[in-house]
Amino acid sequence: MKPAPFQYHVPHSIEEAVLLLRDHEDDAKLLAGGQSLVPAMNFRVVQPARLIDLNRIAELSYIREDGDVMRVGAMTRERHLEFDPSIAKRVPLLSEAAPFIAHPQIRNRGTIGGSIVNADPAAELPVLMLALEARLKARNASAERWIDAHDFFAGMFTTALAPDEILVEIELPFMPPRTGWSFMEVSPRAGDYALMGVAALVTLDENGKCTQAKLVYLNAGDGPVDAKQAAELLKGETLNDPLIESAAALASEKEINPFGNIHTSADFQRHLAKVLTKKALLQAAQRAGELQ
Amino acid sequence: MTQSISITVTVNEKKYKRDVEPRLLLSDFLRHELGLTGTHVGCEHGVCGACTILFDGESMRSCLIFAVQADGHNIMTVEGLATPVSSPHLYPDGGREAGLHPIQQAFWEAHGLQCGYCTPGILMTLVPFLKRNPDPTEDEIRHALSGNLCRCTGYQHIVDAVKLAAEKMR
Repeated sequence: MKPAPFQYHVPHSIEEAVLLLRDHEDDAKLLAGGQSLVPAMNFRVVQPARLIDLNRIAELSYIREDGDVMRVGAMTRERHLEFDPSIAKRVPLLSEAAPFIAHPQIRNRGTIGGSIVNADPAAELPVLMLALEARLKARNASAERWIDAHDFFAGMFTTALAPDEILVEIELPFMPPRTGWSFMEVSPRAGDYALMGVAALVTLDENGKCTQAKLVYLNAGDGPVDAKQAAELLKGETLNDPLIESAAALASEKEINPFGNIHTSADFQRHLAKVLTKKALLQAAQRAGELQ
Repeated sequence: MTQSISITVTVNEKKYKRDVEPRLLLSDFLRHELGLTGTHVGCEHGVCGACTILFDGESMRSCLIFAVQADGHNIMTVEGLATPVSSPHLYPDGGREAGLHPIQQAFWEAHGLQCGYCTPGILMTLVPFLKRNPDPTEDEIRHALSGNLCRCTGYQHIVDAVKLAAEKMR
């Protein structure tokens, strides 16, 4: 239960970090908050020859508004997402969902970038990135590029990042006007990995008709699952019970692909998805209505 | 060759300088290098909460942080709670029941511990929790305790102890 030996590198700037990664991409791991990596190292499931510790790079930790987007540094602690007033105002879905990420002791250390790059299908942040249509900025020693969240998650614990790239920034568009939100999950105990969870966004026009909707699920496949058909069903319609029922049925029966695990069967996950979808859509629609 | 890195860490307001191997966990550093065995080691993968400490004032798992990462930082362990000399602000009226922190005192009075293995981690979880939320509901208390596992006391007395602690500190 102790990590195997490794060489430790501690860059103080992004520049230094990408150069280190370029030189050692074959045998180095990046250390962000370490709340998933260090347990894996303690179990010796992972034994990197080198760790490049990003925790001393001050320029990777910030939350700021920029025009009509929020910019969040990849090393921003999850706990800061929970309490930041700009995030609460501009992307309230993220504020609401942040307390569901593990326990406070984990959020105090864990980072937004670390969780996104870890790409755990049961994690909250990848789901939120899809729901909020985030863009993710990656950098290597010679260039930087933006990747849409929809193109970023490439499967279980797999992303579109190249081995020499570091995720440096998360760009979150402000949620559009008259957009209601909801985040719900079911877990055996608070802070445990959820059996099922959903992020819902609903935008209503002046007449109460839905112009835009989003339903994204965690622990429902090999990555965050965007139920596009169910969301499409809601567009142009007034959200009523039969419609919400149909959307929840479509998403939970056709669009998600849960595997089941030691705590739950796949069938029960589908059942939870259906129930949570209905509740989340109602809450999101109600909030959107209140914002009229 | 094994890398050795010189670090200076402030623990319970005292500065320590040591040479450490990068793979040394902060929990083991506290226990084996500094002899501060109040921080307990349970699962070593961030689930049980026994090793919870304060890192720059916020609760964290010391088994998920390397000692080298604490270089220049401020750590508080359970040993730092019952040190009235260095925490006079906690005892403005000079009343120091056995030098215990009010949370410790409440755990004693409400029977909030049995074997005590999980207690240091729980106490360190509660310090920032009660600071942020001085008048918590039972639900909030149970939620706050969800990251600390207890296998023998039963949570009821722990919840009672937290209520009592909150009362004492208000």
